[in-house]
Amino acid sequence: MKLIYEKSKAGRRASTLPHYDLPKAEVPEELRRKRAPRLPELSEPEVVRHFSALATRTFGIDTGFYPLGSCTMKHNPRVNERLVNLPGFRDLHPLQDEDGAQGALELMWRLQEILAEVVGLDAVSLQPAAGSQGELTGLMLMRAYFADRGESDRRANVFVADTAHGTNPASVTMAGFKLQKVGTDERGNLDLEFLRANVNDETAGLMLTNPSTLGLFDESIEEVARIFHDAGALLYYDGANLNAVCGISRPGDMGFDIVHYNLHKTFSQPHGGGGPGAGPIAVRGILEPFLPVPVVAGNGERYRFDYDRPKTIGKVRGFYGPFGVFVRSYAFIRSYGPGLREMSEAAVLNANYLLARLKGTYDLPFERLCMHEFVLSARNLKREHGVSALDVAKRLMDYGYHPPTIYFPLIVPEALMIEPTETEPKEALDGFIQAMHAIAREAAEDPKLLKDAPHNRPVRRLDEVKAAKRAIVRYQFDEHPDMRGEPAEGEAVEAQKGA
Amino acid sequence: MAHQYLSLTDADRDGMLEAIGVSSVEDLFRDVPEALRFQGELDLEPALSEPELVAHLSELAARNVHAGQELSFLGAGIYDHYVPAVVDAILSRGEFLTAYTPYQPEMSQGTLQAIFEYQTAICELTGMDVSNASGYDGPGVAADACYVAKHVTGRGKVVLCETVNPQVRQVVKTYAPGFGVEVVEVAHRNGVTDAHELQAAAQDAACVIFAQPNFFGCLEAAPDLAAAANDAGALPVAYVDPVSLGVLEAPGAYGCAIAIGEGQGAGNYQAYGGPHYGFIAARRDFIRRMPGRIVGETTDMAGERGYVLTLQTREQHIRREKATHNITTNQTLLALGGLIHLSWLGPQGLRDVGETCLALAEYAKERLDLPLVFPEHATFKEFAVHAGRPADDVIRAAREQGVHPGYALRRDYQGMEDALLVCVTEKRTPADIDRLAEVLAA
Repeated sequence: MKLIYEKSKAGRRASTLPHYDLPKAEVPEELRRKRAPRLPELSEPEVVRHFSALATRTFGIDTGFYPLGSCTMKHNPRVNERLVNLPGFRDLHPLQDEDGAQGALELMWRLQEILAEVVGLDAVSLQPAAGSQGELTGLMLMRAYFADRGESDRRANVFVADTAHGTNPASVTMAGFKLQKVGTDERGNLDLEFLRANVNDETAGLMLTNPSTLGLFDESIEEVARIFHDAGALLYYDGANLNAVCGISRPGDMGFDIVHYNLHKTFSQPHGGGGPGAGPIAVRGILEPFLPVPVVAGNGERYRFDYDRPKTIGKVRGFYGPFGVFVRSYAFIRSYGPGLREMSEAAVLNANYLLARLKGTYDLPFERLCMHEFVLSARNLKREHGVSALDVAKRLMDYGYHPPTIYFPLIVPEALMIEPTETEPKEALDGFIQAMHAIAREAAEDPKLLKDAPHNRPVRRLDEVKAAKRAIVRYQFDEHPDMRGEPAEGEAVEAQKGA
Repeated sequence: MAHQYLSLTDADRDGMLEAIGVSSVEDLFRDVPEALRFQGELDLEPALSEPELVAHLSELAARNVHAGQELSFLGAGIYDHYVPAVVDAILSRGEFLTAYTPYQPEMSQGTLQAIFEYQTAICELTGMDVSNASGYDGPGVAADACYVAKHVTGRGKVVLCETVNPQVRQVVKTYAPGFGVEVVEVAHRNGVTDAHELQAAAQDAACVIFAQPNFFGCLEAAPDLAAAANDAGALPVAYVDPVSLGVLEAPGAYGCAIAIGEGQGAGNYQAYGGPHYGFIAARRDFIRRMPGRIVGETTDMAGERGYVLTLQTREQHIRREKATHNITTNQTLLALGGLIHLSWLGPQGLRDVGETCLALAEYAKERLDLPLVFPEHATFKEFAVHAGRPADDVIRAAREQGVHPGYALRRDYQGMEDALLVCVTEKRTPADIDRLAEVLAA
């Protein structure tokens, strides 16, 4: 399909703008634009048709089942889209006086209260833009807490599980801490012996997802918390998998001191092809003085921003956070009320049903019940038929499914990480099960069918090696290379896709 | 009845539990230690039906005074530019709205091609070679630029001009200690940055961030500032307004290494500060230090053109603690809004918006008849005036008459008690400006 720039024709434009009869004002010559940016020139019908064509080449949850593990691809209620577009929210300037933003402030205050209750902690900042920014914020809170106690020079180490999302170790580095990796035992729990031997007064804390990216609840979490707290360290909860435990078990009760939420996962913000998200954090009272400014304060009648927080780490994002995401998530939670528990129960039931029906066909590395997601391994297909997790994923596309996350977590070879979410009907799960069984049969009978998949998408498997080697990352107009004539460099890479 | 967003019936549930081999849903949670199982109900208000939900949030929304109710001249980083109907129409398509990061390119060619087109648009606007798929917001990409510059230069200091949006400076200062960089600020001289002072400050600095136009609305001598940074061996980073780039020179054309900015004015509503997108673009030299998602062109097994996420060995999911950034979820949908808006405008439309803002601002300066705070400098769409009495009082009085006259600069700059930052966009008419003049004169 042509790029929008290749459809451009001088003399066309889609925009109409008001013209005021005013004298022309000039930019000083030395600051004036010399060559116009080559934006596309199209009429409005062409703009609409171009992006509509791109939409049809995109698969969303609205299109079909999307069990991308750890990404919580649940239904996005349409009423939330209506609500976020109310002019009182959509057209509100962030620097509007507080008396002209009482509704927005109240919504944020209410959301803070709800989020604190869900995780069993004391105070919330809505500010971080996404989970990874929440992680960085949480780590900065740890640093501020230890600095306040005069321990920041000593407490340099943060422990991260080998099953963790890549964001955890990346955040540790960006926050200026040293990474300590902790392994996973044969039941899929953290390696307690290692922690007992290595957590000490140089430890700042632990970052953990619970349930883990294996979809398993850490059975020793109480002991893990004791080890860190006894050493004077803090526990950070990566909320990527909070969808499993709303109303079931609260991170604050598990012993975590800091939690981030992924509102776009648990509380149903549309994922938008890769964002926006939101990564609010909750903390135990001892960390509240360090929260980013401003915090929304209120008494149930009047709401305001509190900037007067002398120990704050500062601002981590512009203004107050991604407000539109708050509107949607607040609406989503209010549609459940205390029944949020039902949401998590259904998510866990759906996952266990898929697991029960698939584990005979694909390897199961940890023989346990799962929480909201689970990880299978295609190593049996690889060993017996030379078919990889990547091949299974690509073949699923032919059956009309978005593949699960693959090659993650890293400790499981040929990993297939499957998260159905609570919103899927049993029929959708059964259809997926049949497809997975059919693919396993095809692997034995006709492995080439899998290796050449997908067969009916707008493109065939793409040469990721060539893309990285050439690094053509923008259209170059007259100098744009035609890569079609060039030989292949490789293929799709067997590396993490998803999570 | 099941909740409206859930699909399992009682019969489904029974059959599924049987297939799993447990007798109840509670049994599925047997790995959660007994003491950690939450007892009772979450203390949340009862569920609302859809009509009740709409009524409740409508009531909250009605207690906000939005841009349609008050004649507003507020800017200061978030702008009331017109968002065309095609943006709303396309962004509400379920495929774009409900997809995620295009990890599996065969499922996501639409998203990938759109990001490639967005990267191209940002590069064209800024005069740069490479753009990522988006950052969180303007302040966020400013911090990102510092992180890139630190690694590229190996230097441990960044310089911020005091004329850069205070939100941006506050955010950079928050992240700087973790990045291992020290932040130095260069004071403004009569509303703009002095190139000699900047050059002195930039010695041993990884980068220099200046804004064009700056927070006071003034146009900086941006080519001189970029040259000052380059002479000191620091990367010049321009924080720019995308809407200005039809009339203002592209940072790439005057020697900048990196161009960043808040994208909101191009394609996003004000939304009380977010979600929006930040953009970051750079010279090709820095492509392997860029943060976040980047889409690249390639071919498929049949030799046809296609698009994939590329250079992923920079990223957290592959490189983990050695990644160039921790970002994963970004602001793709908002950036898509930006691309659609820019495609709607085209080069001529972008220039028209810029020229209209320039002309309206000049008209407003003349009509308001208040002394300019920085009269020597050209401006784009914002300018500061001396209101003659505390700006907060002026704002309060004007709002009582249905006009929000602008932003009180004393909130960020000491000694600017009566300074009001006034913003016009193409949506304000000369008659609106007459009304503002009337209210401020009263």
